[in-house]
Amino acid sequence: MSLDSSTTVATGGTAGLRPPGGAPPATGFRIGLAARRLGALIALAVLILLNLAITPHFATMQTLSVNLTQICTIVIVGVGMTLVIATGGIDLSVGSLMAISGALAPGFFTGALFHGGNLYVNIGFGIVIPVMVAGLFGLFNGWLVSSFRIQPIIATLILFIAGRGIAQVWTNGDLQVFKAPEFQAIALGHVLGVPFQVWIMLVFVIAAAWMLRKTVFGRQLLAVGGNEPAARLAGVPVKRVKRLVYVISGLCSGVAGLIVIAMNSAADANLIGMGVELDAIAAVAVGGTLLSGGRATVVGTLIGALIIQLVRYTLLANGVPDAAALIAKAALIVLAVWLQRQERA
Amino acid sequence: MANEPLLSMHGIDKRFGLAPALVGAHLDVLPGEVMALIGQNGAGKSTMIKVLNGFVKHDAGTIQFEGKPWAAASPEVAQRAGISTIFQEINLIPFRSVVENIYLGREIRNRAGFLRWRQMTIAAKTLLDEFGIAIDVEAPLGHYSTAIQQMVAIARAVSFNARLVIMDESTSSLDDHEVQVLFATIRRLKQQGVAVIFVSHKLDELYAVCDRVTVMRDGRTVAVASMAEMNKLQLVATMLGRDLAEVRKQGATAFSASARPPGAEVLAVENLAVGRRVTNASLNVRRGEIVGLAGLLGSGRTETARAIFGADARGGGEIRLNGKPVTFTEPHDAIASGIGFCSEDRKQEGIIPGMSVRENMTLALLPALSRSGLVDEARQRKIVERFIADIGIKCSSPDQPIRELSGGNQQKVLLARWLCMNPELLIFDEPTRGIDVGAKAEIQKLIRRLADDGLGVLMISSELEEIVEGADRTFVLRDGRTVSTFDRAEASEATLMDAMAHGTAA
Amino acid sequence: MKHRWSGAGIGVVIALALLIAFGGIRYDGFLGSYNILTVLRYNSMFALVGLGMCFVIMTGGIDLSVGSVAAMASVVSAYLSPYGLLPGLLGGVGAGLVAGTLSGLIITKLKILPFIATLAVMLAASGTGLLLANNQSVAVSYDSAFTTLGQGNLLAAFKPEWIDGDNAGWMGTALGLFFNFPTPAWIALVAYIVGSVVLNARPFGRHVLAVGGGEEASRLMGLPTDRTVFAVYLISGGLAGLAGVILAAQFGAGQPIEGIGWELFAIASVVVGGTLLTGGKGSVFTTLAGVLLLGLIFTILNFENGMGWISLSAYWQSVVRGAFLLVVVILQSRLARTAPA
Repeated sequence: MSLDSSTTVATGGTAGLRPPGGAPPATGFRIGLAARRLGALIALAVLILLNLAITPHFATMQTLSVNLTQICTIVIVGVGMTLVIATGGIDLSVGSLMAISGALAPGFFTGALFHGGNLYVNIGFGIVIPVMVAGLFGLFNGWLVSSFRIQPIIATLILFIAGRGIAQVWTNGDLQVFKAPEFQAIALGHVLGVPFQVWIMLVFVIAAAWMLRKTVFGRQLLAVGGNEPAARLAGVPVKRVKRLVYVISGLCSGVAGLIVIAMNSAADANLIGMGVELDAIAAVAVGGTLLSGGRATVVGTLIGALIIQLVRYTLLANGVPDAAALIAKAALIVLAVWLQRQERA
Repeated sequence: MANEPLLSMHGIDKRFGLAPALVGAHLDVLPGEVMALIGQNGAGKSTMIKVLNGFVKHDAGTIQFEGKPWAAASPEVAQRAGISTIFQEINLIPFRSVVENIYLGREIRNRAGFLRWRQMTIAAKTLLDEFGIAIDVEAPLGHYSTAIQQMVAIARAVSFNARLVIMDESTSSLDDHEVQVLFATIRRLKQQGVAVIFVSHKLDELYAVCDRVTVMRDGRTVAVASMAEMNKLQLVATMLGRDLAEVRKQGATAFSASARPPGAEVLAVENLAVGRRVTNASLNVRRGEIVGLAGLLGSGRTETARAIFGADARGGGEIRLNGKPVTFTEPHDAIASGIGFCSEDRKQEGIIPGMSVRENMTLALLPALSRSGLVDEARQRKIVERFIADIGIKCSSPDQPIRELSGGNQQKVLLARWLCMNPELLIFDEPTRGIDVGAKAEIQKLIRRLADDGLGVLMISSELEEIVEGADRTFVLRDGRTVSTFDRAEASEATLMDAMAHGTAA
Repeated sequence: MKHRWSGAGIGVVIALALLIAFGGIRYDGFLGSYNILTVLRYNSMFALVGLGMCFVIMTGGIDLSVGSVAAMASVVSAYLSPYGLLPGLLGGVGAGLVAGTLSGLIITKLKILPFIATLAVMLAASGTGLLLANNQSVAVSYDSAFTTLGQGNLLAAFKPEWIDGDNAGWMGTALGLFFNFPTPAWIALVAYIVGSVVLNARPFGRHVLAVGGGEEASRLMGLPTDRTVFAVYLISGGLAGLAGVILAAQFGAGQPIEGIGWELFAIASVVVGGTLLTGGKGSVFTTLAGVLLLGLIFTILNFENGMGWISLSAYWQSVVRGAFLLVVVILQSRLARTAPA
């Protein structure tokens, strides 16, 4: 004890001064961080290589199309979810907002509800109005979260419950079957051999990634999630930023709802977007966005969704039942979030 | 028995990383004695308390409690062994009833394991009666004032058979009447032979209730005396490490006198009231001058600054900017009008830890840096590089996360956050707290240079030398009121200390 | 202990009373024993899940897995039903306890947020249920007494003959309700009574509320916080398992795809019942009121359509439920802001 104390005193005088240049460069730490950031990408690469080795007919255009179309709506919703989570929130209402947009659209593009005089005008209305309506409902979420300081999980639970009801009331719960190839092109058309909905998904991912990186709003959004009081004192309009991310999440859900009905040639308010909120959150978590906010990667969400889908596809293609794939997905989520925790510790 | 100390801590060393927090500190408390523990921020008193109640482990030194070696692994172990701590933020559960808060963790049960509510209720009532508090013990704790909550925390501690109660800044959120109730409780504890360690920045309170005082500075115990032997001025001088007789030596800080006379008035604050802490604060700032805002902790300095900046709502009074009355509801508005504010809490309210130096520096500037929502990155880079060079920020690159920088460099980035806005008025709350000597001098020089360039500066500081040497004029706050104003010529550490300790509003 | 009703707690009880009075006055047969017993039988599963959720939320957590755990448990109990009532019951509850253990471990040992931890358990339980059931419903054996757990009336065997007679009077109606009280409703009632006793008369109940009211403060007071948190997920899992048993017994089949959205319905009931989502404050019986309130909205809509005046589709129930939740949540946020600190 006494020996300890004497050495402490001996070095005590100079220890208060920190070396210039801040913390010593932690090279090992940096490499570790990079490895973890790339972790999702590496996992994806491993999965692809594994499949090339063991899954028959894996390297075909069809396999690619199947897997990508499976994740399109999840990723589009996930883009909005990533932004919401980056501010420290969550949006449970996305599935219901998809249902609202999907239920609303047929009335417009078939001209049954409102005839704009021309097929393409009708389709225009059928796309713009449902998406706007979903955005307005997103604004309602944002208003509850920012102005009433209601926890995001409960604020968005309201529309999770009521939103699907609104869609069902609108359609009276009936299945709306339609045939509108010009509208359905948004999901079924192909460009360069790739389904059009995949292009839409990529546009969303790239636009959101670009927005996060390049725009004032993107930076402010991350600042709010990273340290809300500090962001407020630096003049970030915290309430407006929060409202806006929920609006964006609503708009993304609206678009995803349209893609679902276009794929099915039918709008069923009871089923559109059922459970998508959890798939989207899972993709965000696996993709490496911090669930506590402040760091976001939209591309990561795309990769996360791809990993989840590929694990499922790999298992299915190799004769494992779909139900078992759910268990694998559960383990994947726990593992990914646990790794994130280790990183922060 | 009375001469045998209840608690005796000797040669306590503790360091966090490289920085020593305690260097051979000592503290003795006699049974039934109220011991004041004072010191500036960072003097080591809270570390001392944390060592005692088991929150942190000391590196070296001995602790004896009731004549036996003391080693508590955690606050709850300490509590069971007879030392209870009443924290600044009361660590009870506001939603739960008073009874529950007293008995949580050692509920009275019958043989079948069911709770005996009636017995607990009666026991809780009796316990609080001993302190002269008659309240409905079945109501949620949160229904009562902070003072009552504190009393309940004390009652809980005593019912654990505490022989030593530590009160860390217990009075900081109490009003005068509540303080009196708390003091009555402390005196009663004394009668029961319970010793108290009382940490407070309000000197009057120490004289009202304490027997002896231990003063700490820079991790060391610098004085132990009976309260009767030391007057307030001596206390403040010891705390700050100044000899009363010592002639003020020039150059303790890097501030120099102002280069030219001040310009027009930028900011005027009259009769400002904010919450409970600020009742009547008035001050003004002119272009090209540094105005100091002095006062003890809890005198309402920070609250005044936050209200000016629109971070907290003001309860009354007027704020004028360039002669025009203004009302800011959000910091956003204040910034748009050309005000910047560096918070005292760099970690919680300043930096966004995960973001880069570049992002942190330009966070407030972003709207101005952008064209139709797009950040002009070329301009951003140019500005960031200019400020990094200009004020000497040491970082590996502008893209280094700010959390990896030293405190001084973080502070410079935050300073640059406002400078790049080209503001008219900058408010600094403890601009050099927790920053090493070299960086401190640089920041002080920088603040003077800014003022000389025509900026109005309002600077809050607990370090008297910073105020005396840095400020062209100084306003002193005491208990939420402006009590005196000094010109540079009038301000000395002695006059400031006197105003901070005794000053009354004119 | 004097019982102190929170503002929102009284509110939900009053709202429930008003809704019942409204239904009783407006619709014939609304207060008839048939309707009452049907409502109780159907809602007992939700009541059980809501009770578990109530305990979880009181600690400041959340359990998203309850629906799929109930579905999995219904499959397990359906498989065990040929061996009798008890094996079916224990098997289902046991399956729920396993899931609860998993959630509890992930949350307390791996320190993963309850939201994500129980989301994963939800997927795992759902997958396990589907695997066990081979993606189909599993028929329950009618040879054993198992189905009485869902379809039976516990005391019906003791019912005196005269009660069902034509001139039994109000006494007969009252006793009829008692003797015809559905078995699942008895189970739920007992669960709520036990839950209330545990919450109010056992140290554990106080610790649950303390952890939710301030985890750090609870730890400083020396409470076993991790053990308490673990236990509430165990309870929630067990009760979800019990709900699954009743599901299988009531509808005659283990249903691996049932239970979607139960968790959010349960959360809504708990919040409508006045329990704070942030934890620390809550009541067991107002949660029951919350479940019944949200459940009755469905019944009322049915009756309203039966009147033939207007035709409100059953889908309005979600809209009305959402609106209820909105009102409650906004009131709570107002209360929280005006409450003394």
